[in-house]
Amino acid sequence: MEELQHILDQAVQQFALISDEAELEQVKARYLGKEGSLTVLLKGLGKLSAEERPAAGARINQVKQGIETALQQRRDALQQNRLAQKLAAESLDVTLPGRGTGTGGLHPVTRTLERIEQLFHSLGFASASGPEIEHDFYNFTALNIPENHPARAMHDTFYIDPQHVLRTHTSPVQVRYMENHQPPLKIISTGRVYRVDSDATHSPMFHQVEGLWVDEHISFANLKGVVQDFLQRFFEQDDLQVRFRPSFFPFTEPSAEMDMSWKGGWLEIGGCGMVHPNVLKHVNIDSEKYLGFAFGLGVERLAMLRYGVNDLRLFYESDLRFLKQFN
Amino acid sequence: MKFSENWLRTWVNPDLSSEALGHVLTMAGLEVEALEPVAPAFSNVVVGEVLEVVKHPNADRLNVCQVNVGEAAPLNIVCGAANVAVGVKVPCARIGAVLPGDFVIKQAKVRNVESFGMLCSEKELGLADESEGLWLLPDDAPVGKTLREYLELDDKLFTLKLTPNRSDCSGMVGIAREVAALTGSELKPLDIRTQPVTLSEQLPVSIADAFGCPLYCGRLVRGVNAAAVTPDWMLRRLERSGLRGISAVVDITNYVMLEMGQPMHAFDVAKLSGGITVRSASKGEELTLLNEQNVKLDEEVMVIADDARVLALAGIMGGQGSGVDTATRDVFLESAFFHPDAIAGRARRFGLATDSSFRFERGVDFAATRQAMERATQLLVEICGGSAGPISEVCGQLPSRTPIALRRSRVARVLGIALDNQQIAALFKRLQFDFTANGDDFRVTPPSFRFDLSIEADLIEELARLHGYDHIPAQAPEAAFTVLPYSELQRPLSQIRNLLVARDYQEIVSYAFLDAQVERELCGNEHPVTLQNPIASNLAVMRSSLIGGLVGALRFNLNRKQSRVRLFEVGACFAKVDDEYVQTQRLSGLSYGDAQSEQWGVSARPVDFFDAKADVQALFPPQVLRFVAATHPALHPGRSAQIYCGDQVIGWLGELHPHWQQQYDIPRACLWFELDLDALTRSRVPMMSEIAKFLPVRRDLAVVVDEAVTAQTLLDAMQQCSAPYVTELALFDVYRGKGVEQGKKSLAFRVLLQDTHKTLSESEIEPSIAQLVEALQKSGAQLRM
Repeated sequence: MEELQHILDQAVQQFALISDEAELEQVKARYLGKEGSLTVLLKGLGKLSAEERPAAGARINQVKQGIETALQQRRDALQQNRLAQKLAAESLDVTLPGRGTGTGGLHPVTRTLERIEQLFHSLGFASASGPEIEHDFYNFTALNIPENHPARAMHDTFYIDPQHVLRTHTSPVQVRYMENHQPPLKIISTGRVYRVDSDATHSPMFHQVEGLWVDEHISFANLKGVVQDFLQRFFEQDDLQVRFRPSFFPFTEPSAEMDMSWKGGWLEIGGCGMVHPNVLKHVNIDSEKYLGFAFGLGVERLAMLRYGVNDLRLFYESDLRFLKQFN
Repeated sequence: MKFSENWLRTWVNPDLSSEALGHVLTMAGLEVEALEPVAPAFSNVVVGEVLEVVKHPNADRLNVCQVNVGEAAPLNIVCGAANVAVGVKVPCARIGAVLPGDFVIKQAKVRNVESFGMLCSEKELGLADESEGLWLLPDDAPVGKTLREYLELDDKLFTLKLTPNRSDCSGMVGIAREVAALTGSELKPLDIRTQPVTLSEQLPVSIADAFGCPLYCGRLVRGVNAAAVTPDWMLRRLERSGLRGISAVVDITNYVMLEMGQPMHAFDVAKLSGGITVRSASKGEELTLLNEQNVKLDEEVMVIADDARVLALAGIMGGQGSGVDTATRDVFLESAFFHPDAIAGRARRFGLATDSSFRFERGVDFAATRQAMERATQLLVEICGGSAGPISEVCGQLPSRTPIALRRSRVARVLGIALDNQQIAALFKRLQFDFTANGDDFRVTPPSFRFDLSIEADLIEELARLHGYDHIPAQAPEAAFTVLPYSELQRPLSQIRNLLVARDYQEIVSYAFLDAQVERELCGNEHPVTLQNPIASNLAVMRSSLIGGLVGALRFNLNRKQSRVRLFEVGACFAKVDDEYVQTQRLSGLSYGDAQSEQWGVSARPVDFFDAKADVQALFPPQVLRFVAATHPALHPGRSAQIYCGDQVIGWLGELHPHWQQQYDIPRACLWFELDLDALTRSRVPMMSEIAKFLPVRRDLAVVVDEAVTAQTLLDAMQQCSAPYVTELALFDVYRGKGVEQGKKSLAFRVLLQDTHKTLSESEIEPSIAQLVEALQKSGAQLRM
């Protein structure tokens, strides 16, 4: 009996001293292997009488289980230990920079255009587009600007040949779209436009967004509503004030220029008005039945105000130090 | 249109500050571009007369002056100006005066001599940026009077940005009429007295162009003193409208133009022969204008002529040979109505834009033509003397003013607000429009001074303008809504842009016009679409490719010490094909410098063809591209490819030619690609196919071929033999060096074989592989063991 207890105590002590998994298995053999002390005792059971045998066998098995439990505990501990060491050895400097490909970015004008388009799409405006080398007819005549009209001089037009110009505004898209679609219609069109003008506040190429809504019940009050709503959402400013001033565009009547409140003053951001009956007549839309409004906004101006850009020319210089600020 | 506020207020004087008046004008469509004082604020400056000038006892450059300021005793003032002299009249700032810049004049001792004020230059009064010495005032300047009063300096200048429809406001009379309509203030009428006719003589006037000149008034005035001095009040108003004084006669015609909006002209009778004719020019006729410009005329241009020659471009500018000068004795005055359509665009043809053409091409009040003649005669006789003959008036068909119908219901529909009949009538009255009302229906006859009213919408705008756009509420429309179409056969451009952004490309926007040389060199384009009126010679042709803008942007950034540049642009490219302008939207990218930004754990290597190719391929799924070696003017001939999608060429990829690299000062290789946007955005709606239940079998085939044999050739050969079960063929390794003969390369392909119904056995795989090997061998490849 005492011998059994001694074997168990000895095994537990010995296991605790071992720090190598292979050695542990070797030491295990001393107790539970073929020649192991416990195995020997088990073999000796045969010498006992049938009455003594079950109790002695049970005691030996108890000790055997005790040894096996101790062994397993020690195995687990050593494995834990090994894993902990491995993990410690594998630890990184997590503050080193990440590797791989960087990312570029969109041009601030594109960023602005996409924002404008999304806002108008949410109102159900579809997108339309037109050519940049535009026929004189679409750029002027169909927009109620006949040849020699003083309004043509306002446009500072680039000519390709006597019949073709670089479009001076996105308004020709109105005409092209209405030639092929019947009201009700609701579109925006964005793109590059060109004017013979270049200084700190004018670029010979810039971007416009054109909006057009033609339906049976569209009024000037609605024009004010839509433009104001858009600008308040664009600038995320619910109290943004928009002012409409009478102006003149041959293709709208009444016409207005739009100003928005900015830093205590007013800034002009585009022109608008009710589509002129002559423009509707050109595209065979009954101006008695249908009314429409149209507006044109300067995209660069919106981008400058939104992002604090102070010089128009920066948009076209492709200076990475400028462009990367918008990424 | 620029004018003095004081002048305007002689006709209409609303109880509004200058700023408030400016706001009223702006909000009525007459945008005030500038509102500025004539002179900055200063006080206590009077007209002084220098009575005595004595050298300062203690300073060489100073004088001690006695200055009469209209009081019993003159003031003792020390002055350092070189042009001070006895008898001159100059501005004198008295003790207590405050000059611009808050400069206060105090009694002071200047080198021990007491000084009781300061004599001033124009600069010191803030009226000029530079001036030399004292401001010498006219001899008749009233001594002791404040300078501000004497020169009417308490005045402001308005500059209106007139829209082309409002020519009626290009004269003070029109602006005053508008202000009266807007503010309800009383409008004082212009005082026009009919000048007594004291001469019976007339020049015969005939009109050969009845359309172009419906009304012509001419008048002889003999015995004028053309050397008379223009009165100060007139000169001041002219100058405050931006016109220089020229001579009394010319100043008078300009004054009437500013006052009434009616351009006038004065001919020197001594330089005329015979009568006056208004006619079209004949081709070949020439005229030297007042500005010394010589113009060649044709039938499109209307002229004033005498029996011998062309005298003036009608409604645009007079000729040099017939104008008045200070020696002129007899004058022929012209006040005419030229039709806007006969003047529009003519001045621009000669590169001219005159005050006269500005007004005529927009429309001048034809009811005031004769009045303007009376007004000019009155001023001429008052200032220059002379006797006036009767007015020769030739009148044809003036523009009609047809009544326009206006429906109250339409006003409400267009504006979104309901105006009642009384409101509408009141607004028309304020505008001085003739109208009749019948319930909700109005008939309005536009006045002769308005050329922008012909349809109902025009009247609605007038009502809205006068009622105030501010008083129309902002309202959300009420309309039926439908879902917008959104085709999946088209990929959004934003998605493609974002793919490039994710691959480290920065978007740029460059001008669509550039230097013809760049088009020639980089695109081989000898016939670019050319602008007739470019803004600069290096921005004269339209781009046929985006490469020029990208290379320009690369150079710009290299000059700013950037070492790694990756750019892209989306935009239209232009070409002329069979008399049609073809405008193709393209996307183009450029990469320069290291393949990856400098970072730890990655060895730096320059970006190469295959990096750029991967970028291109990443944009295209699900479409499969083919790259075929081809040469492009911009590209390295051995490192460039045309890109095919199906059998359609959709773009280019390659390395910038070393020659251009050198010429454009680009130190390292630069990769470029350009793709048609149409091909890029094309897409399909995906359709699922059954996933194979059995795993594929992989076999690798390594072959040795001549360097000249392309990978594509071998892939095509294998593809074309249609070996059974083959589901994927791909190259995974290229090797040159030990074990491979010089001039040859080893290529390794991965072959995946699969059947949807069963696991393939070796006996099924073998024949397929044998077929592939045979195809490879036929293409000159040797199986590598």
